[in-house]
Amino acid sequence: MKEPLWKKLTPGSVILEPGSSAKFKTGSWRSMRPRWIEENCIQCLFCWIYCPDMSVIVEDGKRKGFNYDYCKGCGICALECPGKKGNKAIVMEKEGS
Amino acid sequence: MGKIVAVTGNEAVAESLRQVNPDVCAAYPITPATDLMQRFSSFISDGKVDTEMVLVESEHSAMSACIGAAAAGGRVATATSSQGLALMWEMLFIAAGDRLPIIMPVVNRALSAPLNIHGDHSDTMGARDSGWIQLYSETAQEAYDNAIQAFRIGEHPDIRLPVMVCMDGFIVSHSIERVEYLEDSEVKNFVGEYRQVNPLLDIDHPKSYGPLILTDLYHEYKRAQHEVMTKVKNVVLEVASDFEKLSGRKYGLFETYRLEDAEIAIVILSSAAGTTKDVVDRYRDKGIKAGLLKPRMFRPFPYEDVAAALRHLKAIAVLDRADSFGGYGPLFSEICGAVMSMDTKPPMINRIYGLGGRDYMPDQAEKVFDELIGIAETGKVGAIKEYIGLRE
Repeated sequence: MKEPLWKKLTPGSVILEPGSSAKFKTGSWRSMRPRWIEENCIQCLFCWIYCPDMSVIVEDGKRKGFNYDYCKGCGICALECPGKKGNKAIVMEKEGS
Repeated sequence: MGKIVAVTGNEAVAESLRQVNPDVCAAYPITPATDLMQRFSSFISDGKVDTEMVLVESEHSAMSACIGAAAAGGRVATATSSQGLALMWEMLFIAAGDRLPIIMPVVNRALSAPLNIHGDHSDTMGARDSGWIQLYSETAQEAYDNAIQAFRIGEHPDIRLPVMVCMDGFIVSHSIERVEYLEDSEVKNFVGEYRQVNPLLDIDHPKSYGPLILTDLYHEYKRAQHEVMTKVKNVVLEVASDFEKLSGRKYGLFETYRLEDAEIAIVILSSAAGTTKDVVDRYRDKGIKAGLLKPRMFRPFPYEDVAAALRHLKAIAVLDRADSFGGYGPLFSEICGAVMSMDTKPPMINRIYGLGGRDYMPDQAEKVFDELIGIAETGKVGAIKEYIGLRE
C-alpha cells in the first residue's frame, strides 16, 4: 500500500531546505505591474533597496529589469523612484493592459 | 535514595526544575504559580542552575520566548496559572504544532470573572485541545514526580510535544506535605541529555519554523499531529516503569483505588481524589463496594484503558472541578467517550464541585456515593449534571 502523504511530512512543519521559498512563485498575486523606463533611470537603486521582496534584478551594480515571478505589484518602487528631471523611471500599469 | 522533606507543591516542583537544570526558562508571575518560579529564580541567582531566565512582560511573551528557545535547541520550562495560561492560549497551539517539548507546571486556578485566585481546573481544561500532553497530580509528591517524568515524555524522540503538569492551586501548591526527593544525580541521569532534532541554532543546516500552510497540507499536518498523540500512552507507561525502578513509586495512565471489585465509583482528578479515597474506605467499612478512578494522563485521554477499568460498575459519578457552560463537565465528557465502547453502559452522573477553591469535603463525596447506591439499585438517574457543595 502506498504510504499516505501525511506520514511523509516533516514533524512540526519545519522546513529543512534553506531558500525553498524561491519555489513558491507569488507573482500571480499581482494586479498592477511595474514598468521600468530605462532612459529616466539614474541607477540610484532605491527600487532595489525598497522592494519588500527581491524582485529588482541588479547585475554588476546596475539595475536591469524586474523579476515578475515574485513581484506582487505593491508599487513601492514606483513611489520611491526619484526619476530624472521629474520623469519617473518606474510606472505602475494595470496587469494585462 | 534522596531525602525526605516537608515542602509545598510549588517548592517540590521548583526543586524538580533545579535538578533537571533546563537551558532556558521564560516566565511571568501569577498567583498561585508565582512562588514556584520565584523559588526557581532564586536557584538561578544563587548559581545552582545554569538556566537562562528570560523575564518577560506577559505570559503571551513567556510562551513565545519558550517557543523560540525550544526551536533554537534548548531544554525549556516555564510555569503559570489561570489567566496566565489563558493569555498564553494562542502560543500553546504553536508550541504543540511546532512539536516543541516545553515543560510547564500549571498550578490550577479558577478563571475570571468573577476574579478568584483559588484552585479549580477551568484553566487547563480550557487548554485541553491545544495539543499539549496533560498530567494531573494529586499531591506535591505526584507533582514533583510528574514534572521529572514530563521531560522524558515530552522530549522522547517519537513524541516531541509540550507537557503541562497540573496541580491544584493552594490545596497542593501552598500546603506543606511529606515529599521524597530523588538525588540530583538520579534526576540528571533519568532525564538525560536533550538533543533537539531540528535546532535553529544549527547554522550549518538552516531551517524555518512556522511556515504558512493552507488548504494544500494543513489537514495532513493535523492528521500527523493526531498520530503523535496515539504514541504518547506507551511512552508515558515506559517512562513510569523506569521511574518506578528509580523511586519505587508507581505511576500509570490513571490510578484506581479499591476499584477492582467495586459496584459504584467516583471518577475525579487531582487533590480531591485524596478526600474521596477516605470516603471510599468509610463506605467499604460499611460493606458498600465503593471505588475510585483518578485519571493522571488527561491528554491524550486513554479511553480504552479507562473503559476496561470501569466496565464492571453498576453506577459511576464523574466529578468535575470545571464546567463547560451549556455542556457537561470536561471529565464527564471524556468518561462518556470511554463508556461508549461498552456493550452494557453503566448509568452515569456528572457533579460539578469545588469551583473557585470551594472546599471539597467528605460529606460531598458521601452524598454522591449515596446517590450512586440508589442508581445502582434502581438503574434510574435523575439529573445528569448538577452542582454539589453549594451554599444554602
